[in-house]
Amino acid sequence: MELFLTAGSSPHIKAPDTTQTIMRDVLIALLPTSVAGIIFFGLRALMVIAVSVIAAVVTEFVYTRLMKLPMTIMDLSAAVTGLLLALSLSPLVPWWMAAIGAVFAIVVAKMIFGGLGQNFVNPALAARAMMLASWPSQMATFMNPRPATDLVASATPLPAFRYGAGEVPTLFESLIGRSSGSIGEVSVIALLIGLAWLLYRRIITLDTPLAYLVSFAFFAWLWGQDGLFTGNVLFHVLNGGFLMAAIFMVSDYTTTPMTRLGRIIFGAGAGFLTMAIRAVGGYPEGVTYAILIMNCCVPLIDRAIVPPAFGGPKRRRKEADHA
Amino acid sequence: MTLFRTLRNGIIDENPTLRLVLGTCPTLAVTTAAINGVGMGLATTFVLICSNVLISLLRRIIPEKVRIPAYVVIIAGFVTVVQLLLEAYVPALHQALGLYIPLIVVNCIILGRAEAFASKNTVLYSAVDGLGMGLGFTLALIAMSSLREIVGAGTIFGVAIFGQNWHPMLMAALPPGGFLTYGLLIGLMNKLQLVKVNLKTHPAPALEEGGAQ
Repeated sequence: MELFLTAGSSPHIKAPDTTQTIMRDVLIALLPTSVAGIIFFGLRALMVIAVSVIAAVVTEFVYTRLMKLPMTIMDLSAAVTGLLLALSLSPLVPWWMAAIGAVFAIVVAKMIFGGLGQNFVNPALAARAMMLASWPSQMATFMNPRPATDLVASATPLPAFRYGAGEVPTLFESLIGRSSGSIGEVSVIALLIGLAWLLYRRIITLDTPLAYLVSFAFFAWLWGQDGLFTGNVLFHVLNGGFLMAAIFMVSDYTTTPMTRLGRIIFGAGAGFLTMAIRAVGGYPEGVTYAILIMNCCVPLIDRAIVPPAFGGPKRRRKEADHA
Repeated sequence: MTLFRTLRNGIIDENPTLRLVLGTCPTLAVTTAAINGVGMGLATTFVLICSNVLISLLRRIIPEKVRIPAYVVIIAGFVTVVQLLLEAYVPALHQALGLYIPLIVVNCIILGRAEAFASKNTVLYSAVDGLGMGLGFTLALIAMSSLREIVGAGTIFGVAIFGQNWHPMLMAALPPGGFLTYGLLIGLMNKLQLVKVNLKTHPAPALEEGGAQ
């Protein structure tokens, strides 16, 4: 298929943004969280991060070479995928598991569909879901943040809260990073610094994260431990993978709808599903599956919400159907 | 078409599983272990050859208007034979395949060959077509179930091939792994076929638009 683009007469607006600069800013935004993870979980976290990022970049390099595609590793998107995957893993996962996850993310979730911009699900989350299905016990073994003495944590905050097994961290402990969990979800403050950087650099807008937050908070309040409308909203927001997903996953350009209304529907649906899985589903954490399911709904949402053509007549309902 | 081309057609060019995408239900469901793939493939091949021969023999007798019920009765008869034989001689395999043996009756490959080939061709050609299609189905199932068993359980035909410290990728043996493996195999088959296609008569980009209407 050939695409002809006609350039109008000058002047043209030129923006300095490229995929590379955007991805570089995402990497910078993930830096505080990565550092916090390494501080609290030690060299194991560094090992998981290094293996995942290197495996992702090397995989994309090899794949593009084998398939004779243009080299795309310099756009840094593979590094971002590898880092996001590592941050969503327990610091105790074996190195080869992180490597297989990164290869899966790049080959199966991204490159097979045509590379960056063509993938229909978030590659890091797809890899995490694959690993969750493949190695359930290793994926659910977490460690206590330093300087705790016992290495393997009895339970992360979410199961502790839900099943009453183990200690539930106080809100202050969650903020600083005193709770066990995935590498990237240990410190709320570090995540918020990353969010501030993304907003300052205008890499993301707040519409999807806010829709996600509002919907998630509402359902967290609705499905309380002691009946309807008794939920501990702050606990659910600050613990588990919610914040990392709200900042770095639902703001992904490729796997979210194109229109603002679409993105709000996306965020609201993801919030509902996340909390539905946490409260009544079979898993203590629901972020991964919730966002993957909503990723799959994106084409439907985009089809349902077609913005009116600029300067054209007001769109009637019937016309949208033959899209 | 020669006999050899009829045979080859079923195994490669019109492989029922990987090119026609027929019979996907047993393909996804029973391919968790290589032995299941072999059993399912051979059972289907037997039914396919027998029903093709019988339908070809009766092709001038079966009335046009009730041909589908007639085919189904013939196919169901042979499936019952297979099921009783499996239960008597290989009960373990019968247990593993379970519901999917009676479901061979509604396997689209068998009904499809009856309708598209056996009802229009001579007995010999119908038998060879059944053999080719059956072998194509069997080979695809063996490829898929071997892959899933090796990756998902670390074994092949029940024999462990990796060391003690091997952590198999459980997902490959689970339903999502079935869909993934199936998709990857179809993709591989298309890729191999694309290499063969003369790029002058069939420019590659045109293939990407398939199904756009």
